[in-house]
Amino acid sequence: MMLAPAPYLLKDVSVSQVMTQVCIALVPGIAAYAWLVGPAILVQLVIASLAALGAESLMLWMRGKPLALFLSDGSAIVTAWLIALAFPPLAPWWLVALGTAFAIVVAKHLYGGLGQNPFNPAMVAFAVCIVAFPALMSQWPSVGLQLTTGDQIDVIFGLAPRVDAMSGATPLDALKTALKLGDGDIDVAHLLSNQDLYGNFAGRGWEWIAAGYLLGGLWLWQRKTITWHVPVAFIGALTLISGALWLYNPGQFANPLFHMFSGGAMIGAFFIATDPVSGCTTPRGKLIFGAGAGLLAYVIRVFGGYPDGVAFAILLMNLGAPLIDLLCQPPIFGMKDKS
Amino acid sequence: MLMNLFKFKGGVKPPTNKTQSVTLPIATAPIPSRLVVPLHQSIGGTPRPVVQAGDKVLKGQLIGEADGRISAAVHAPTSGTVVEVAMHVQPHPSGLDALCVVIAPDGQDEWIARTAVDYQSLTPEEVRARLQQAGVVGLGGAVFPSHGKLTASKTVPMEELVINGGECEPFMTCDDMLMRERGEEIVRGAGIFRNLLQAKKVLIGIEDNKPEAIAAMRAAVKAAGEDFEVVAVPTRYPAGGAKQLIRVLTGKEVPASKRSTDLGVQCFNVATAYTAWRALAHGEPVVSRIVTVTGNVHAPRNYDALIGTPMDELLDLAKPHPDTDGIIMGGPMMGFLVPNPQAPVIKATNCLIAHDDRLFPPKPPEMPCIRCGACAEVCPHELQPFEMYWFARARNFGKTQEYHIFDCIECGCCSYVCPSRIPLVQYFRFAKSEIWAREREKNAADGAKARFEFKQEREEREKAEKAEKLARAAAVQAARKAAEAAAAAAAVGEAPLPAAPGPETASAAVDAAKDAKKATIEAAMARAKAQREAVQPKNVEALSNARQKEIDEIEARRQAARMADAAGPAPTTPAGGKAE
Repeated sequence: MMLAPAPYLLKDVSVSQVMTQVCIALVPGIAAYAWLVGPAILVQLVIASLAALGAESLMLWMRGKPLALFLSDGSAIVTAWLIALAFPPLAPWWLVALGTAFAIVVAKHLYGGLGQNPFNPAMVAFAVCIVAFPALMSQWPSVGLQLTTGDQIDVIFGLAPRVDAMSGATPLDALKTALKLGDGDIDVAHLLSNQDLYGNFAGRGWEWIAAGYLLGGLWLWQRKTITWHVPVAFIGALTLISGALWLYNPGQFANPLFHMFSGGAMIGAFFIATDPVSGCTTPRGKLIFGAGAGLLAYVIRVFGGYPDGVAFAILLMNLGAPLIDLLCQPPIFGMKDKS
Repeated sequence: MLMNLFKFKGGVKPPTNKTQSVTLPIATAPIPSRLVVPLHQSIGGTPRPVVQAGDKVLKGQLIGEADGRISAAVHAPTSGTVVEVAMHVQPHPSGLDALCVVIAPDGQDEWIARTAVDYQSLTPEEVRARLQQAGVVGLGGAVFPSHGKLTASKTVPMEELVINGGECEPFMTCDDMLMRERGEEIVRGAGIFRNLLQAKKVLIGIEDNKPEAIAAMRAAVKAAGEDFEVVAVPTRYPAGGAKQLIRVLTGKEVPASKRSTDLGVQCFNVATAYTAWRALAHGEPVVSRIVTVTGNVHAPRNYDALIGTPMDELLDLAKPHPDTDGIIMGGPMMGFLVPNPQAPVIKATNCLIAHDDRLFPPKPPEMPCIRCGACAEVCPHELQPFEMYWFARARNFGKTQEYHIFDCIECGCCSYVCPSRIPLVQYFRFAKSEIWAREREKNAADGAKARFEFKQEREEREKAEKAEKLARAAAVQAARKAAEAAAAAAAVGEAPLPAAPGPETASAAVDAAKDAKKATIEAAMARAKAQREAVQPKNVEALSNARQKEIDEIEARRQAARMADAAGPAPTTPAGGKAE
């Protein structure tokens, strides 16, 4: 007779369910991405997924872990998708594959695998690749670049030459560069009026992708897969600092709405900073973590040398997460007056 | 009737599965062929057996006498003959045996002479003693002797008495049915508790998934003419936990480090109140209890079963399906699979659930923790289970205590929601038992150390006394020498000062002797101390307060060194030298 311990009832939840929900929540953003920027992103998602599963299998085999159990947990797929969505959509296939493999092998398994990694693997991949391949990681498709799906795939697989037209900057980066070159003479409002590059409140096209992430993120919150703390703190801090500087000098600093819907802010706030493994877990810790990431993301993207600051901001906060949690332990039942 | 309810954080809502076993009224289980009555059925001291093999006993006759203040008497559940007083298997996860009185029933079910008392004419002390003698213990499952909970704090007035009809465990309906059918006796029992504790208010909390019980209890309160409040509390496991129910009804949070009476509140299960009333008003000790028999059975039902009834016999009454592969005692959240189905029903047995894989699917494989925090969200004591798990797994038990592992009530909410299917509660039980084991070991080691130190101190004292004796002898000798010298000088007659030298030399000799004595004692003490310092570190084990000890030792060594320096230059034969 078996003598398993109580409880004998278990809620119908699993790691793969959690990961599947995250993937589903990414779908609106991905759909907008494929529609507005190009279906190449779907190819990149496949490349990253295959690379992730390959690297995961290899590492699981080397570590002597059950393959089927861990491959089906879905965590590698989430990492892969976040990498594909963070990389330029026309990046060569090997770059995406390399980044993903690095994330799985080094950032995840060398630290102990699922649940043990101190840094978000997708962000590690992004940081490593932007440092190692700065040129390739900065080639974003220029607006107005009308490539057919076939051409996009050819570019990814190196069957077609990478032409200048493909190496535009992101709307966020373009604004920063223009402001720097203008040396105080160019007005943000004037730059944002460029209808080719900018849409209603942020980068043209990109703003709706960010809106898609927001939608998916709200769904995750509604499903209680994530709590409100990190996204609210992230976006709140980003709004506060960008709003303060925008009020101080609207000519040189873009408004909070622009920052919210530009670059990786939305996907970072809802999908990456909310990663429980590398982030904070206590309620107050989550608020500090989110606010810190939002603040750093702004500082790096506006004053730093990189096109966006979300990845570095989150990695920096990952570094502090254990300490933040230690200092933010909530009082327990019956001990609230004492502490 | 409307009152302001408080909330407790966390909790889960597993499927309740309660409706199956409330369709039929409580039935009296037939007397089984044999009763095995364990003597140790409550928290506290093990009752002493007062019968032996061959004795004829009547129903309700004392068979085990309460041992100590926290202990409760045990009685024969029916009339018959004592077959043996021997070790038998217990309904405990360990599957260990304990001392039991085995009774062969005679089928007469003949009571002892029962004497009802008017408890209001007794002193509180007498009432508590009667409850102890009647074996009244907490029937919610914790089986703490009730008389031990019926003394109010001397400093804090008793505001609320909470009567727990929460019954939040899935499948379990014994309290529900008891409230429906015997509500008035519960209310009368609660009245006894109220009087003993001088509680200002009595609140009867019942989960709102038991509307019949709520209605029955309201009617019972009215019939008894009491002013108790019957409160429907939201159904959410573990709302029936004592601390959670107290929180919901009064807003008070009782931490693990405090007694609820310190906060002016006390809590009893409805069945406990019922048995207290039966004990006083009918003279009936606790010899049976209501047990829900449910799960993978044909006819789930509540039975009034005699204590000592073999579980399999009781389960058979509900006709278990053939694929039943075990019996869970208690609810599915906090109960356990009994290692041996012949284990007897005891006072803590509120529910028997026939186990099978359809109702309770085997647990999927354990995955690594992804720190999702779901466990922390549902923990009713607002702990961080994933952190405790982390440290328990790493055997870092000090850290588990920093994360308040002893505030864990093992309700199982964390295990229930864990997406990685980690048996968190098991890790916590493991950590707790390890900590207890280490503390026991440490206490033993501390005792040994204290004995060793005492011995050393005695040896030192003896040595010092010996040194003192020697010094005294030396001083006497020196004084004698000085006197002799003075006498010799006087005899020679060359002294210019005739009388003076005698006393002067004598006093100098005495001073010298004193100094010498002091120095010898100091030297001896320093030697002994140094010796002890050299020995002691070996005896200090790497225990939780090892660090403190280390600091103490360093300090002591430093002092010893200082003393040795001071005493060091003292000559070994000081008396002669200084006398000159």
